[in-house]
Amino acid sequence: MRCKKMVDVGRRQFLRGSAMAAAGAAATTVTGTAAQATPANAQVDYPSGKLANLADLVVNEPLDIEYPDADSPGVLIKLGEAVEGGVGPDGDIVAYSVLCPHKGYQMSYNSDDRTMNCPGHFSRFDVEAGGQQVWGHATQNLPQFTLRVAENGDIFAEGASDLIFGRPSNVL
Amino acid sequence: MAYKRQIDRLPIPPADAKVHNVTCHYCIVGCGYKAYTWPRNKQGTLSDNAFGIDLGEQQGADGTWVAPSMYNMVKQDGKDVHLAVVPDKECVVNSGLVSIRGGRMAENRPSKVTGTQNQRLSDPIVWRNGVWQPTSWDDALDLVARVTARIITEGSEDDLLLSMFDHGGSAGGYENTWGTGKLYFGSMKIKNARIHNRPGYNSEVHSSRDMGVDELQYRYSDYEVTDTIMIVGANPLETQTNLFLNHMRKGLENGAKFIMVDPRRTVTVNAAEEVAGAENVLHLAIDPGSDMALFNALFTYIVDQGWTDSEFIKNSTFQSGEAVPEDAAHPSGLGSLEYALATCRTSTAEAAEICKVDESDIIKAAEWLAKPKDGERKKAVIAYEKGVIWGNDNYRTVGSIVNIALATGNIGREGGGCCRLGGHQEGYYRPSDAHVGRPATYVDQLLISGGGKVQHIWACDHYKTTLNAAQYKSVHRKRAAMVKDAMDASAAGTREQQVDAIVAAVNAGGLFVVDVDIHHSQIGQNAHVVLPACESNEMNLTSMNGERRLRLSEKYMDRYGNSLPDCLIAAKLAQNMERVLREMGHDDYADQFKGFDWETEEDAFMDGYHGGNPDVTYDRLRAMGNNGVQEPVQGFENGKLVGTDRLYMDGKFTRHGRDDKKALFCAASWRGLQAPGKEQERANHKFWVNNVRANIFWQNQFLDKDNDFIQDRFPYPFIEMNADDMVEIGVNPGDLVEIHNENGSTQGMAYPTDTAARGQVAMVFGSPAGSQGNVVNPGVNELVLPDYKHTWGNIRKLADATPAARSVSFKSKEYTS
Ligand code: SF4
Ligand code: FES
Repeated sequence: MRCKKMVDVGRRQFLRGSAMAAAGAAATTVTGTAAQATPANAQVDYPSGKLANLADLVVNEPLDIEYPDADSPGVLIKLGEAVEGGVGPDGDIVAYSVLCPHKGYQMSYNSDDRTMNCPGHFSRFDVEAGGQQVWGHATQNLPQFTLRVAENGDIFAEGASDLIFGRPSNVL
Repeated sequence: MAYKRQIDRLPIPPADAKVHNVTCHYCIVGCGYKAYTWPRNKQGTLSDNAFGIDLGEQQGADGTWVAPSMYNMVKQDGKDVHLAVVPDKECVVNSGLVSIRGGRMAENRPSKVTGTQNQRLSDPIVWRNGVWQPTSWDDALDLVARVTARIITEGSEDDLLLSMFDHGGSAGGYENTWGTGKLYFGSMKIKNARIHNRPGYNSEVHSSRDMGVDELQYRYSDYEVTDTIMIVGANPLETQTNLFLNHMRKGLENGAKFIMVDPRRTVTVNAAEEVAGAENVLHLAIDPGSDMALFNALFTYIVDQGWTDSEFIKNSTFQSGEAVPEDAAHPSGLGSLEYALATCRTSTAEAAEICKVDESDIIKAAEWLAKPKDGERKKAVIAYEKGVIWGNDNYRTVGSIVNIALATGNIGREGGGCCRLGGHQEGYYRPSDAHVGRPATYVDQLLISGGGKVQHIWACDHYKTTLNAAQYKSVHRKRAAMVKDAMDASAAGTREQQVDAIVAAVNAGGLFVVDVDIHHSQIGQNAHVVLPACESNEMNLTSMNGERRLRLSEKYMDRYGNSLPDCLIAAKLAQNMERVLREMGHDDYADQFKGFDWETEEDAFMDGYHGGNPDVTYDRLRAMGNNGVQEPVQGFENGKLVGTDRLYMDGKFTRHGRDDKKALFCAASWRGLQAPGKEQERANHKFWVNNVRANIFWQNQFLDKDNDFIQDRFPYPFIEMNADDMVEIGVNPGDLVEIHNENGSTQGMAYPTDTAARGQVAMVFGSPAGSQGNVVNPGVNELVLPDYKHTWGNIRKLADATPAARSVSFKSKEYTS
């Protein structure tokens, strides 16, 4: 779970910002293929990044991920109940950016009501409803990562539904 | 399933993009933004761009980011250009913060390329042959002028019913209030006028002004250095978002205590607890409408404890008994502290009983507000809004709040203030409205009882935002339909025959309706002529925010189609009136419509605001940028306009116009629910129906109803309900429910809310999909201020949640750490 303590660590790293960003650009942390630096296509070419295997997931315990690159933290959650947009055998696995699409503070997961909560200015998003902003200042819902589950249970992220905070393009 | 934008890349503004100053045109806070525009075939790069930063790097928290909602493609000088409207970090109001409303300014612009806001009116339309047909300004205004001139010359100007915005921002502002004001209060003396949100032409804070205290006298930074913030009947995190986040929050971080007076627990209370710690937040969840009893008790207790500012009282307030007696124009007497206290005197025990809160909490509030700290006077900012302005016994209740601020010397001083929080920005500059009189006409009742023959409506939609709306709509539709029928019957005739037919119809009880708006509104469905207006940034517009900060928000795009600024529509209408009246042989009357030879909104500004404030020009305001200048402007020195940090710093009070410049206290006498019918309504129904706002909607959703992101979240107006109440009436989350009482009914979507008290529901105001005003009774105070907030009704289920409602999140709106 992205507990409060971890968020604080994450945020400190995050606020260090750009030096790290350059180093990690354009690669997923796990087994990603390199992002294409060819903007000629109409659509951004997303890397395929392995996030975890089905066997790694415990219901309602979010796993920290990074996608589409190391500077874009996210969570992968198995909800235990099928939701729209959920993948996996139970249709219950979802993944989101944890950078608040308001001003980019890093959010934490409330496992009681299954929301992402932002310490920046108190916005919150419903991970069971496609990342819909329950209440807040963001002008979009939470970027949700498009997932694919391979036959061996490996879970890959291969796209995002919305622009991730702090970048003009989801793939930099 | 939540609305997904499916946008994964945005154009980058190049280093040579044009930059325009923008003041957000939505709420009173008036946050600063920069609008970047650049040619369609150009773009910046990750390393070379208008922001001067490396966009190839992930930006950290608070970093510069253009969200998709901040981008659009609009017309500028006839060409398609890219547009990015981005919060300004240098603006002292918001310091780069953005709200869910202001952050969507760009995507809420009309664009033929991206298809946004194509609901906007591009041309005048006239009721013809059973439908609305587009036409020219000349044709439309000729009809308006001929009908209006006939009616007011055959009858009188009192036959013209006027509904007219009085605010800044949006389509208001100094230019447009002046243009409309000069026409209706200068050329004419229209008496039967009302304002966009209330059924008369009156102040919402009469008593504060009569006490000598302008309702916007502080500056926002006062919140940062105060000891205590008391908010009454307001929800600033939602409705003055960046005032809370950028100023109140800093105050709380600096150790201020926070008192909230509101029957409902809101996200503001939750956020204050997060920032200050629950032990520094006191939520007085009073019984609806009992505010005055609470403030009278606080006033009494503070005086009895000797926690008043005696120097201030001696030097700056009236000393000898009654100054203004209670009469038809003054719902309570005004005078010295002793005079007022004789009436206000309320013990904390009495107030506890009336307000249904703990006596110890009332004492705690008094201590937080005024108990000296280390022998020093406490500083307190008190701010209020619709909970009392649209609440019970407006005059006396507002007066009872200002009493506390005066007694504790918290006006005109750093860290003090007693202000309304405000809704729209302000931007009022009009000829005198003295002819309207006080009390003003209750214009809705006049219309309902068959009064008036022609109605001019400027940016108001009473279908969504008036009280007693069910009856109003029913009468309005019938009276307007009589004229539509007459127009249909005479459609093939000459203009003269058509005007004759319209005049005959209004003389038989019909109403000829002219509606000026940016879109074809709900009330506009009854209109016979609809005239297209434009908004801020499609024109230059000046307004001031809640700390009197005046800015010029610059035009960066073309007007949509043939739309025009309201001030220029008023000018064209005046010119047509002059022409028609002259033709009719009324030369003297026609002469009154001279003086409208404006080509631009700047001409209207120079004719109006500049006339009274000769130091202020567009060029000088432009140079003052997004920080502008706080009114009143004192002069122009070293190339800068010189403003005023806060009013009454010299201890001299002027808003009432008294020569002695002494503030007055208000003898606020508690009388339960003041407006007629309210007590009976409470006795007869099960639920108190609170009328509330949400940060996600701007005003009555006139733009948001066409915004996918917003409509996805709340496809129907939410009605927050206690879950046990829902179970009792068999309602599930998202089910459509109907609220009904003797005034009418309305509907919305049940939203389970665990902080909602049993028997209390909160319905969002002004929704196009369910007007809360339908169930608000016609009761007003002596000065025709409506009490929207006190409505009782019963609730029944209408239907199961629709697919749109089923996909919505019904979780708590409160942040959890
Ligand atoms: S807080 Fe008000 S002024 Fe500021 S961005 Fe939001 S709506 Fe606009
Ligand atoms: S950054 Fe998340 S609410 Fe502001």
